[in-house]
Amino acid sequence: MQTSMRPGLLLKQLDSEMTKQDWPLYEVFIRTKAGLSHRHAGSVHAPDDEMALDHARDVYTRRNEGVSIWVVRSSAIVASDPEETAAFFEPAKDKIYRHPTFYEIPDGVENI
Amino acid sequence: MSKEEALYRYVLRLGDNALVLAQRLIELVAHGPELEEEMANANFALDYLGQARMFYSYAGEVEGEGRGEDYFAFMRGEREFANFLLLEQPNGHFGDTIARSVLFENYYLLQLEALTRCIDSRLAEIAARSVKEIRYHQRHDSQWLVRLGDGTPESHERIQQSINDLWPFTGEMFLGDEVDTVIREKYNGPDLGVLKTAWELRTLGTLKEATLHVPDDQWMHSGGREGRHTEHFGPLIAEMQYMQRSYPGLNW
Repeated sequence: MQTSMRPGLLLKQLDSEMTKQDWPLYEVFIRTKAGLSHRHAGSVHAPDDEMALDHARDVYTRRNEGVSIWVVRSSAIVASDPEETAAFFEPAKDKIYRHPTFYEIPDGVENI
Repeated sequence: MSKEEALYRYVLRLGDNALVLAQRLIELVAHGPELEEEMANANFALDYLGQARMFYSYAGEVEGEGRGEDYFAFMRGEREFANFLLLEQPNGHFGDTIARSVLFENYYLLQLEALTRCIDSRLAEIAARSVKEIRYHQRHDSQWLVRLGDGTPESHERIQQSINDLWPFTGEMFLGDEVDTVIREKYNGPDLGVLKTAWELRTLGTLKEATLHVPDDQWMHSGGREGRHTEHFGPLIAEMQYMQRSYPGLNW
């Protein structure tokens, strides 16, 4: 579905497309304050992109949690396959040399 | 009418509008069509309730007779409330609720924007705080109006009917009386003529985007300002005032 379409048309298309009339799912990312990165907060259902933003605002920023919101269709997210967890992540487990823990930290350096 | 008397009555009316719409939206709590709209509605209801409290508290201070928010909300009779008749209309279906909110919020937003520039600093402060809340309400509810109007044949037909039903309650918002005149002249308050032009521009724009039209019949209801309400108002305040009427002075 194109986001540039008129909002009403989205509802129309939704109506004809879906036999089960649930709104699509969106993932919500909130930035808690300037300088930090957006973090996944949860998800909402919404009839279209613009409404998803409103719903995210109403559900996830009621207690002053954020200064910026991203929403994205859950279906647009490409996720790793749980069955491939071993191939994806286990090879990194025994590569301790990838961690920067073998350096002597010179005196006088407080943060590294 | 003295300046103080006009200010007291004007602020009280602002409180009445906010409280009556809050009460209507509160009736919908736990009946939202979707979880997300449930949250939006409850947030909006509490925004209005908070605004009503600020207006009532300030009205009590201006009046100076020791009456406060609880008195104005719970101890006055039906004829003493001066809210717009539009706001006491029943929630109906989701489209009716949205249409009622859009017609009012387009007005209220302009009214609050004008009041942020009034010379009474307390009223200007309350308006400045409220305007941010209403800007979001107006955005959200207008979006729904467009989606329902320009949506399916059924949603279009039903929201057009909502507009037809509620339109006759919009004329009252621009009638004005001595209170409005004093507020405009002595406090640099809103000019209802200017406000009406801006309201029409905004409302007709949204209706056009929603592929909806204004009904042909332009006959308008009035009476809210004088406390002459529609038949829906009695049950509304009966429910709202029940606890204080049954147990006067009750505290949580």
